[in-house]
Amino acid sequence: MRLEAINEFVIRFANVNGTGSASANNMFSKAVFRMGVPVSPKNIFPSNIQGLPTWFEVRVTESGYLGSRGDVDFVVAINGQTLRKDYDTLVPGGYFLYDSTKALPRGFERDDVIDIGIPLTQMCIDNYSNPRQRQLFKNIIYVGALAYLFNMEFEVLTNMVKEQFAKKEKLIPPNVGALELGYNYAKEHYPDTCGLSVSRRDNVGDAIMIDGNSATGLGAVYGGATVCGWYPITPSTSVVEGFEKYAKKYRIDEHGKNKFALLQSEDELSAIGMAIGANWMGARAFTATSGPGLSLMGEFLGLAYFAEIPVVLVDVQRSGPSTGMPTRTQQSDVLSAAYASHGDTKQVVLIPCDPADCFEMMAKAFDVADRLQTPVIVLSDLDLGMNDHMSRPFVWDDNREYDRGKVLNAEQLENMKERWGRYKDVDGDGIGYRTYPGTHPTKGAYFTRGSSHDDYAAYTEDSSVYEANMERLVLKWETAKDVAPHPQIKYRDKDSKIAAIFYGTSAQASYEALDGLEAEGIKINTCRIKSFPFHNDIGSFIQEHDQIFVIEQNRDGQMRSLLISEFNFGTNRMQSILNIDGMPIRARRIKRKIERMLNGEKVSPFTTAHSSVEGA
Amino acid sequence: MSYLKSTFRHPESPKNKLGYTEAVYEGALSTLCAGCGHDSVSNSIIKACFELSLEPHKIAKMSGIGCSSKTPAYFLRSSHGFNSVHGRMPSVTTGANMANRDLTFIGISGDGDTASIGMGQFMHLVRRNLNMVYICMNNGVYGLTKGQDSATADIGSASKKGVPNMFEPMDLCELAISLGSGYVARSFSGDKSQLVPLIEGAIKHNGFALIDCISPCVTFNNNNASTKSYEWVRDHKEATGTFDLVPEEQEIVVQQPNQILETISLHDGSVLNLHRQPHSLDIQSRESVLSSLEEARQNEQMLTGLLYLNTDSRNTHELINSSEKPMNSFTKDELCPGSTILESINESLR
Ligand SMILES: Cc1ncc(C[n+]2csc(CCOP(=O)(O)OP(=O)(O)O)c2C)c(N)n1
Ligand code: SF4
Ligand SMILES: [Mg+2]
Repeated sequence: MRLEAINEFVIRFANVNGTGSASANNMFSKAVFRMGVPVSPKNIFPSNIQGLPTWFEVRVTESGYLGSRGDVDFVVAINGQTLRKDYDTLVPGGYFLYDSTKALPRGFERDDVIDIGIPLTQMCIDNYSNPRQRQLFKNIIYVGALAYLFNMEFEVLTNMVKEQFAKKEKLIPPNVGALELGYNYAKEHYPDTCGLSVSRRDNVGDAIMIDGNSATGLGAVYGGATVCGWYPITPSTSVVEGFEKYAKKYRIDEHGKNKFALLQSEDELSAIGMAIGANWMGARAFTATSGPGLSLMGEFLGLAYFAEIPVVLVDVQRSGPSTGMPTRTQQSDVLSAAYASHGDTKQVVLIPCDPADCFEMMAKAFDVADRLQTPVIVLSDLDLGMNDHMSRPFVWDDNREYDRGKVLNAEQLENMKERWGRYKDVDGDGIGYRTYPGTHPTKGAYFTRGSSHDDYAAYTEDSSVYEANMERLVLKWETAKDVAPHPQIKYRDKDSKIAAIFYGTSAQASYEALDGLEAEGIKINTCRIKSFPFHNDIGSFIQEHDQIFVIEQNRDGQMRSLLISEFNFGTNRMQSILNIDGMPIRARRIKRKIERMLNGEKVSPFTTAHSSVEGA
Repeated sequence: MSYLKSTFRHPESPKNKLGYTEAVYEGALSTLCAGCGHDSVSNSIIKACFELSLEPHKIAKMSGIGCSSKTPAYFLRSSHGFNSVHGRMPSVTTGANMANRDLTFIGISGDGDTASIGMGQFMHLVRRNLNMVYICMNNGVYGLTKGQDSATADIGSASKKGVPNMFEPMDLCELAISLGSGYVARSFSGDKSQLVPLIEGAIKHNGFALIDCISPCVTFNNNNASTKSYEWVRDHKEATGTFDLVPEEQEIVVQQPNQILETISLHDGSVLNLHRQPHSLDIQSRESVLSSLEEARQNEQMLTGLLYLNTDSRNTHELINSSEKPMNSFTKDELCPGSTILESINESLR
């Protein structure tokens, strides 16, 4: 028996990092995309620069499900260290492409797997003399072989090589040559072997392929960010690199000087301090970090909350606690972001689920922060941030203005009759009017502090003044519910009492699982949370359903806890489905888990292999 | 409350070039202990800004946390102030300065705020050569938390608690000099005639300027066994020379030539006239200054005055090639690349 499928399969490349495999694997995935077939690549890499195992999983998905499916149909096993493991992950009927320069050791005798041996190392030794070339072209050769095995359009690949090396034309012929080597070998030795194929479709429309972090960086450029202090940490570094790349291109003034100021800081405290200082001064500023940095920024986030200074912070989550699995994904900073800092604090959180969202929400985050005069945390994750995703294209309306919130200019200060108070709520929305330093010679100066203050920003230890101020911040929190993006609620059946709640990168796999269940007659309504504070619609949604699966990628069901703590109801109705293995949550496993839970089985909330018999 | 300010102002109070009296540069009433050195430093800041005819609203007052960090409330009431978190004034000031390079930044910190919790930020601030004045009101003790030793306390010095400090002190001036600061001075809160011109010079200096100002804490560290007491400092301070600053727009008054050892021009055309003893330290040589500081310490002397000057350092903005126009003044049209470019970006991602 062999797997047969057109445009619906999962292929996993097992490589050693630092060997140049990433660009070859990307070339394969982009080629599928260029053939009009939706594709979802995921890089699974170690916290290391060279020599450790790394995997690259590509889901070819004509139906357009971009989340992780679960299970592997085809393995390209280039890494000797993981050969066994890679072999074992294959589903029955799967394919095992390996380097046959050396015969497979004993124990690789599954009769439900189709072996495709290609002597990659030997071919490289025979064709190239330079050791680096031997290593690099090995990757290109197997891409060529795949092109044959999957019956792909070869010109799509050769065109990509030409584009990639447009500026180094010398490299084109050897790369194309390597593709041909692989293609011809497979053609000669493995005709009619592979039942999986990629066939041209028109299913990607105007979609783009980009990683979430670059999109976030671009969103910061479009959103008008000018100042950024940052400290390197995986998986957030590429947010700032993206910002820098686009800023260097589109933000140079007529004297060749930068219309942005980017500083690598000494740590995350300094990074957020810079962002806060710049926003206080009236520029739009941000920083980006991951869990450990978020912890360090706690004190400053409280200052910005209490002194009411806008600031945008991108948290690209990774597996915690502590250093955890720094190159694996997770959604485990939900609570520490939502309640960041000591004392009674609540932070606005925006949660993107694809690159278009990253771009849009990042640009929007500056408006939200300015409008609410408070920190806004854009909560992404490693899966979204560091993998390429197929996404709606970016859009920008040129008529869109930046919402700088309530800021008084010199003229407004000059003409003001009543006494101005920085923290005075004159509009009933809990938000005062602020001023930038240097605005007016005699009016509008105030003292910003993290200590208790009255409406006029003067220090106070008067309990009633303190209390009134804290209550005003609650009112502002109410205002925030309308300013932040609203949830996306979908009813498959208005009468259904079963629902699912998810957010960020758990969304795609969840939608897919629920589509599968719907095909079997089980209709589950959905709510994708896009922001904190929770919109009242989320509360109503919880009230309307009897059994709600809260699907997320952390151990403790953090979003579920947050919902319970904010709404004070739903505890018995909300049931967690969790994934914490560091891989993106898989659709097949969500589906199986829901089926069992609906069946009344007592199962663990975890979808991963370790905790139950939920499959590989 | 250290003193009650008289609200009476003589109608003939002298006015500066902007027509402002010194009172315009004052702040709210101080709530520090009577006699606290920090209040005197505030007064010197008021005087310096008045004498330089700075527009108060073009100054940003930045601070961390501590008695010292409270002082920005007590001077320059028409300036925006930012009392941030403990030890982190440098980063907040860096961001603020990146957002508007046209303002004058006066940062106030304490020895706890700078030399302990804020040491990391302080050193990196110096390295980046942010254009600002950094005044550390150094009393060798944590005033606000009631008298613990700070990292600038000398070995053997004891605060009111009576236990001599055992650990090596940090010398902020030495650190700043070795990290490339172009303007490093040490002074004493009780010596206004020295401190005011030092602040003026620091404001005029392009780049990071440090004034490590010994500013006694009368409540916790003004006892006999302390080397940060009024008495000890008066007895052991040794001025390296004096100087006056001639702002660019003022006529340079002719000095007695033999008193002036050097005349140094600052980037905006102002001039520093240094009056020093022959053989005193060469403030333009790092090596000489560092060894003089070391020598003075061994002799239980405290060198005061301008210790190091390098007028051609480049500030952070110059180093990172940022626009001359303040970042906070750019409009959407100047910042947003727009939809046509976005469409071409989309196209490159297909
Ligand atoms: C994170 C944090 N830790 C501790 C404190 C408590 N604290 C407030 S001021 C201070 C020391 C201030 O000493 P210094 O900077 O020398 O200022 P001084 O009061 O002596 O002028 C400390 C430890 C704080 N506010 N924040
Ligand atoms: S405790 Fe010391 S530093 Fe604080 S105000 Fe009193 S004298 Fe000044
Ligand atoms: Mg102190």
